[in-house]
Amino acid sequence: MSGAWTPSPRELERQQVRRSMRRRSTLLATAAVVVVFGLLAAGVVSSPGWDRFTETFFAWEHAKASFPAILGGFWLNVRLFLICEVLILVVGLAVALARGSRSPLLAPVRLLAVVYVDLFRGVPTLLLVLMLGFGMPALQLQGMPNSGFFWAGVALVLSYGAYVAEVFRAGIDSIHPSQVNSASALALSRGQTLRFVVVPQAVRRVGPPLLNDFVSLQKDTSLVSAVAVFDAVFAARDYTAYNFNYTPYVVVSLFFVALTIPMARATDWLGRRALERERAGAL
Amino acid sequence: MRLRRTALAAPALLALAVTGCAPADEESDAADEKSPGSGETSQTAAECAESAAFRTEGRLSIGTDSPAYEPWFVDDDPTNGEGYESAVAYAVAERLGFAEDEVEWVTVPFNSVYKPGAKNFDFDINQISITPERAKVVDFSDGYYSAAQAVITLEGGVEVADIAALTDLKLGAQTGTTSLTAIRDVIKPATEPLVFEDTNAAKQALLNGQVDAILADLPTAFYISSVEIEGSAIVGQFQPETGEQEEFGMLFEKGSDLVPCVNAALAEMRDDGTLAEIEQEWLSDVVDVPELS
Repeated sequence: MSGAWTPSPRELERQQVRRSMRRRSTLLATAAVVVVFGLLAAGVVSSPGWDRFTETFFAWEHAKASFPAILGGFWLNVRLFLICEVLILVVGLAVALARGSRSPLLAPVRLLAVVYVDLFRGVPTLLLVLMLGFGMPALQLQGMPNSGFFWAGVALVLSYGAYVAEVFRAGIDSIHPSQVNSASALALSRGQTLRFVVVPQAVRRVGPPLLNDFVSLQKDTSLVSAVAVFDAVFAARDYTAYNFNYTPYVVVSLFFVALTIPMARATDWLGRRALERERAGAL
Repeated sequence: MRLRRTALAAPALLALAVTGCAPADEESDAADEKSPGSGETSQTAAECAESAAFRTEGRLSIGTDSPAYEPWFVDDDPTNGEGYESAVAYAVAERLGFAEDEVEWVTVPFNSVYKPGAKNFDFDINQISITPERAKVVDFSDGYYSAAQAVITLEGGVEVADIAALTDLKLGAQTGTTSLTAIRDVIKPATEPLVFEDTNAAKQALLNGQVDAILADLPTAFYISSVEIEGSAIVGQFQPETGEQEEFGMLFEKGSDLVPCVNAALAEMRDDGTLAEIEQEWLSDVVDVPELS
């Protein structure tokens, strides 16, 4: 009697069947993808305007000619995005905590937070960019920067801060009350409870929606063109307006996609990791 | 799994799309089909228009952007026949055999005049400069106005004696205009110019002190400085590219059979002085601006 387990013939047969089913479904899936996309591609390529379309949207020499300006503009988008992202997280969390405060003395802060979120989520971001970008310099305030880049950044922070505040609030509200009760049973003050128990869990829980907002922010950085900041999208539009060719639009899209796809994968990975930790192998 | 495969299929599609494109330049030049009389039968504009196709039978559809700026249009209303381009458009329409009530104005944002496919206008008149690059995609009429570039500053702002003096200033101009090309190619300023989506944004930035000077074509600049911005002035004008007179042309769908008709109408208007009269009426104020060298 050897103690080593060997699969029974039946188990081997089962494995064999499973393997062949897997193979078949992979083959079928591949065939389906090839057929569907092949048909789509054929339909597009054989459309009557295809030649005109490629000339207008995929002209290699226009892609090359517009590339340097778009690259320069894109660097501006990325800088703006990175600066704003940090500030937005701070503003969003602060506003969410202000809304969740309980002390009667903090009533004005609560009111401010509610008004801020309602107002800045309601106003279209483009209008905010325009109003701040042209409005603040018009005040001719001493010592205030005049640049469109600065004020457009402020507008983005204000607008997205309101969205992100709501995301954080949802996260904080989703933490089970038993957590808070346990914390007070351990004699933690309200501030300590928030800091050590509620907020860390809440932030982890809202990772995916936060990153969703940041992907959206990346794209909205192109709104700064309204106040004469020459970002990547504006560079593309500018080139297009001179040469009556849309290829730069495709080029600039690729830039943004190249930035957002890694972000999406990173989000998925973070979310998965958080779940695995939280459910401790029960997945 | 499924997602990953689709993700693989997408670049393949794109690659397919991109490789299938090395556009052969249509050998067409801004100058072909120009100069009525050369190779043209001496048709009048009206005779020519009888055989041409229009978007709507019996009507002439003319496109322009909104807002329609002075002095090209008056009161943002192209239908009143006032303003240089509106007047020219109606004069051309008349010579093509259209009465005033047979002319229809269509709002066409500038960035959609060159979109591929059928146009929703017979021609578009919107201070569009004729360039060879653009003429590959659309057709232009002969020029109906020769533009110069003008520099606007706030009074008491900066002194500009010549073009070289502009290089140290913070300049701005509207996107897609030859004014911006002039800044980039002729002036080559030390700091990057500001690029505006429209003239209004340019005016606001000048008022805010975000730019030292803005560039626009001369008639537009004249209107901005004399009417719209208190305390601003044109400090000078110059030709954007040495030796090449920049001209505004009406824009048509590529291959439109209306181009020779409109060119014939413009030629008639040039010969009998109508064009000069219209210019005198709407753009007469812009003659005594100092030339920058």
